[in-house]
Formats: sequence, C-alpha cells, structure tokens
Amino acid sequence: MSVPHALLALLSEGPKYGLRLQTEFESRTGEVWPLNVGQVYTTLQRLERDGFVEADDGEGERSRRRYRITSAGARELAGWLRTPPELVPPPRDELVIKVLVALQIPEIDIHEILQVHRRHVIEVMQRYTRIKADAKEDDVPLALVADAELFRLEAIVRWLDAADVRLKQLPSVPAGGAASQVSPEPTRATEVSQ
Amino acid sequence: MTNVLELRQVSKIYGSGPTEVHALSDVNLSVERGELVAVMGPSGSGKSTLLTIAGSLEDPSKGHVLVNGVDLARISRSDRARMRRRSIGYVFQDFNLIPGLTALENVTLPLELDGARARAARSAGLRALEALDVADYADRYPDELSGGQRQRVAIARAIVGKRGLLLADEPTGALDSLNSEGVMRLLRAATQRGVAGVVVTHEAQLASWADRVVFLRDGRVVDQTAAPSGPESLLAAADPR
Repeated sequence: MSVPHALLALLSEGPKYGLRLQTEFESRTGEVWPLNVGQVYTTLQRLERDGFVEADDGEGERSRRRYRITSAGARELAGWLRTPPELVPPPRDELVIKVLVALQIPEIDIHEILQVHRRHVIEVMQRYTRIKADAKEDDVPLALVADAELFRLEAIVRWLDAADVRLKQLPSVPAGGAASQVSPEPTRATEVSQ
Repeated sequence: MTNVLELRQVSKIYGSGPTEVHALSDVNLSVERGELVAVMGPSGSGKSTLLTIAGSLEDPSKGHVLVNGVDLARISRSDRARMRRRSIGYVFQDFNLIPGLTALENVTLPLELDGARARAARSAGLRALEALDVADYADRYPDELSGGQRQRVAIARAIVGKRGLLLADEPTGALDSLNSEGVMRLLRAATQRGVAGVVVTHEAQLASWADRVVFLRDGRVVDQTAAPSGPESLLAAADPR
C-alpha cells in the first residue's frame, strides 16, 4: 500500500487537514490498514518537499495546515495508478522455499508439511471472511480489501493442492524419500527461488 | 452443546476383493447446533460419501451415524425416511429443483410429503422463501429464475419446517464468486439461527465461511482448523507502509 499516493488520491477530492486524511484513509481501507497521524504528517512533508502538495497558509502548526494537491501531484498520481505493480521477477516465496527444502530432507512427510500450511492459510482466511461477514453490507472498501487478501490466500491453497497432487503422482514417494526423486542439479524453479 | 450430527468410526467400503475401495475409513465427526462445518478435500477424498451417509441416503459399512442423538442403525427404514423428511435438509450443486413446480411448490413439497396440510405448508414455505429474500419469486418456475435465485430456493427448501441439520454438497459450484458468497452468507445465517450445517467443498474461500474446517484425504480425517480467532490479530499485524 503506497501511503503517499493514497493521500494524493484523498487530496484530489479537495483540500484537507492531516487529521481528516488519517480518518478517511482508515475508513476507506476498511480500517484494515491502520495509519497513525504522525505518519500522515511525515508523508505530507515529503510530498510538499517534492512539490506534489502545498499547504494553504504556508508556515504554521502542522495540525492547522490544510493541504491541497498540486498539478505535479495530480500527474504523479495519474502515472502511479497506471504503473503495474512489480510482478516480475517473482518475490522470494518463503513457502515455496520451505516445500522445496522439505523435499530434500529424509524422513519428512511432504504431504504433512503441505497440510500444516494449508490449515494455517485457511485459518487466516477464516479471519478475513469473518471481517467481511461482520461488516455492514454497504462497506464496499472493506469488502474489496478482504477480497484481495482472500483471493491471494486462496491462490496459495490452490498451489498447495496442486503440489500435493504432483507429488502423489511421483512413483512411490516415501516419507522423506522425495529427495531421491528430485534432481541434484538446481532446476529452473529452485534457481528462481534462490 | 448438543450434537445434531455425530459420525462414530464410520467406514464405507464399495466392492469386494481386488476391486474393494475404501471410500471412508474410521471417520469421526460431530456437528453442534448453530455450527457450520466445512469438509474439504480433493476429488475422490470421500467428501460426498461422507455427506450421503450423514444424510442417511446411504448406510455406512461400519460405524454409527447419530442424528439428534438417534442412532440411524437402530430405527426402522420408515422412521429413517421420516427423519430425512423432517430433520435433514439437502442442498446440491445443481439445485435439484423440480422443473414443473413453482419455487413455492418446490419448497413446500417435503412438508406435504410428510403429511402437512396445504395451508400450513404454504405459510411455512413462504416464511422460508422470505428468509432467503426470494419470496417475490414464489410463483415462478425454476427456469424463470437466475442461478443465484434457484440456489436460494433450494436452500429455502432445505431449511423449511423444523429441520435441524443442513447438508450441502458443493452448493456454489454452478455460481460466480459473488453469488457463491451470497449462498455461503445464507448458509451461515441459517446455522446461526440454530441449525447444524455441513458443507463439502474443495474451495478454500467457501470453506473459510465455516466455523470449523475438517480436512479429508483418502477417506480419512487428517486435520481440522482451530477455533477461529477474532479479526483483531489481523488488524494489529497490518502494516500500511
């Protein structure tokens, strides 16, 4: 979550004080991402330094300053909205690394390892679903934030399920014996993870 | 808390000799009043078999099934049929509504088969349709309803009367994600009103609506989730930077 760009977006609706930016940020992200007011003012300072926002009345106590977006700020926001998030190269995924490492260790039941992680991910999903279930029906921002997490976590469960099936298809994978099924040479997948 | 459903050491074996298949092995499962349990597992893990045995549509090869404390093996066939009609509601992936009957007639059918008077059945049916927000479609036929509306009618049929056990087999399989969420909200609301619910699914998002998720692999219960903690821990861990 880019706090500077979220603040620019809120200011694109009109001039606002720091405190109001904080409460609006939290309410619009379904209060899933808490933000302290000190962080708001530090961010506003940086945005002001970069010429993306300006205060109505110049110098003064920070809580009395009302900020508005500049045309440079509006251009920055428009550019950021259209910039794809970093997807390639893939992030070093701790879970993938753990599963690959588990394959190398004798006496490890890889299916049990996969299940431990599957259960944990679903327990986290239950908590996000509960947030959504308990929210007001018209709280769309919160539903969007919860959905984003739920779809991300669901993808992990699907990967674990696919891994389970792939590993079952290996001829006789004994507990911990998977190491013998894995090429000693680093594969493309392991290289990527490393 | 009372267990509405209890499976004790339930096994199901199909075929014999070299073609013998162990669909379920020593499954124990209890579901309380007001609890929604999801049974999750890959294709062929025994999910649907578990549900048909829990719903008395099939007998176990070994073990006992108790509904409201009554051991199904110890009652007559006709008493079991009565229990299926009165105490157990089923929701299927493809709705299983009867095309020649209206939404209301579909919902009241199990009550009328059980000997309820038409007027009493009609008012109970309308209440169930209202609870599912589809009372306006009471006189429409299934082919005049959308997928989401049909599944709502199917859930109304499953909860109509005084059913205490709701069994759903991949109930959102034919629906898009928002309609699926709607169905899970309704199943959750039904269980919160005091029904015990079991949903079998292979989808993690649907399972996450349950109070408890039980994992089935090769016919065995291998794991289950802990009691869900509140959302506070998620909010505390959230970092907006």
